Amino acid sequence: MSDLHHNTLTQLAAGLRARRFSSVELVRAYIERIDGYQGALNAFISVTREQALRDAEAADRALAAGTAGALAGVPIAHKDIFCTQGVRTTCGSRMLDNFVSPYDATVVAKLRAAGAVMLGKTNMDEFAMGSSNETSYYGVVRNPWDPALVPGGSSGGSAAAVAARLVPGATATDTGGSIRQPAALCGITGFKPTYGRVSRYGMIAFASSLDQAGTLTASAADAALMLREMAGFDPNDSTSVERPVPDYVAALEQPLAGLKVGLLKEFFDKGLDPQNEARVREALRVYQGLGAQLSEVSLPHLPLSVPVYYVVAPAECSSNLARFDGVRFGHRCENPKDLGDLYRRSRGEGFGAEVKRRIMTGTYVLSAGYYDAYYLKAQRVRQLINADFIRAFEQVDVLIGPTTPTPAFALGAKTADPITMYLNDIYTIGANLAGLPAVSVPCGFVNDLPVGLQIVGPHFSEARVLAVAHAFQRATDWHTRTPPLVEAGR
Amino acid sequence: MYDFALVFSVLHTHCEAPMALTREQIASIAVLARLDLTSSEIPVYQHSLSSILDFVGTLDAIDTASVVPMAHPLPGLSQRLRPDVVTETDRHEEYQQNAAQVAAGLYLVPKVIE
Repeated sequence: MSDLHHNTLTQLAAGLRARRFSSVELVRAYIERIDGYQGALNAFISVTREQALRDAEAADRALAAGTAGALAGVPIAHKDIFCTQGVRTTCGSRMLDNFVSPYDATVVAKLRAAGAVMLGKTNMDEFAMGSSNETSYYGVVRNPWDPALVPGGSSGGSAAAVAARLVPGATATDTGGSIRQPAALCGITGFKPTYGRVSRYGMIAFASSLDQAGTLTASAADAALMLREMAGFDPNDSTSVERPVPDYVAALEQPLAGLKVGLLKEFFDKGLDPQNEARVREALRVYQGLGAQLSEVSLPHLPLSVPVYYVVAPAECSSNLARFDGVRFGHRCENPKDLGDLYRRSRGEGFGAEVKRRIMTGTYVLSAGYYDAYYLKAQRVRQLINADFIRAFEQVDVLIGPTTPTPAFALGAKTADPITMYLNDIYTIGANLAGLPAVSVPCGFVNDLPVGLQIVGPHFSEARVLAVAHAFQRATDWHTRTPPLVEAGR
Repeated sequence: MYDFALVFSVLHTHCEAPMALTREQIASIAVLARLDLTSSEIPVYQHSLSSILDFVGTLDAIDTASVVPMAHPLPGLSQRLRPDVVTETDRHEEYQQNAAQVAAGLYLVPKVIE
């Protein structure tokens, strides 16, 4: 077995350019790994072998001709929420089990234009609704650090695949923590850009005012390399932002001396596992050693993020998922007796339990008589949370805290009570409500399980947030640790 | 002012005696949402929706009388318009390949009007 998978995405891109190995070799090596671990981890829903090899051959020709893009020949995977032309796109749902997208998501098209080679589509919580990858119609994903544990969610397949080095980088989406939480639980780097920075076109919608595409990679440098290609204005997304895309890779090497780091006071609460807290405090000392100035910052409304989210996200979800009607695409029930029956049974059969729960919650909070009490109330409290962040960023450059309250938990441990599951995202949801860029980076271990450190910056401070994460990864080696199964070749 | 402990404590208090939605309310939400529920699903959603609504009820304690609701994370961004020109080509045959039933370029559904 080749050992190419020990390279980072950045190293692979450079190696391909220097012609140390070909894209075909690389793609074959990674597909062998994907096949070898699929039974144990279930990280993929579809593996696109033939197309990947054809694309790799084309990338090798472009590399030989000197016409190659920045990611030429680099294997990646897409979360199965991104539409891929001619390839099944399921969103982890029975509803879309037979859906073959007639077009590419902008993220998919941009990464292809940069030369990246798609190896397949990764498993995920159904319609990105979940924090453990247990709601997928295609089965649970297992955590490469311990297969009895969850990988986190909703981007659990992308996170497990990158952690097990089945692919050097993957796309993902983050509505309430779906990139950062699985990154923390799987010991990798998960980056969510500012709302509007990356196009949502062709990314199946869950909660449109919160959804944002980002990356799961082994390092912040790899995230910068992918993001540089993914970001940018897209006329097909009405909330895409018209702003130039900085060179995130060139901006990685910034000295941290004088950087003002705010400790998120509300995050260091009794809900936080003391051992997780210890790892996060050790990481803060690393930043002090790099010249950063630490101060405590209070965001008094931040603890209200979860209740706000569980009004806003289901409301937007119930509206977005109304399009699945059994008529134009998606699952259709057998022998409908009339149009109403066709809608109700197609949706009842096509959606899983958690998706139905959120559609009904959203339907209720938007219904006549409840709209003001729930939806408008939540949007007002959201404004207060946003104002807390704005005030905090007048004092500090970045906010730092834990990504999750605990390391990865056991499969099945939180499925009985939805609210216990929702509270997993207690530290990540704030950045979605306010639309801020945020990253989770590995910062140590508790009982041999990885712990994540979260860094949040002001709107459009992607370059700064990635540089702050990169500086930590220059000073520590937590991000280079891989699960025992990768080392054992099992 | 508010801390996670408060959110947790409210949650626990409420979980013991959740504001109960009735079976009929769940059934009517399901009708609005166009979801067919089995009779065994109704009590499950009765319980979980009641606890979710109680949980989000923690927001009632917050004074928001003078706060403008936030609909969008990037304030000040206005809806972009484009010139009114045709930019799409007709690809309906391709799109209809994902439909369960089509004929003559039309989507077929059960008869609506007798």
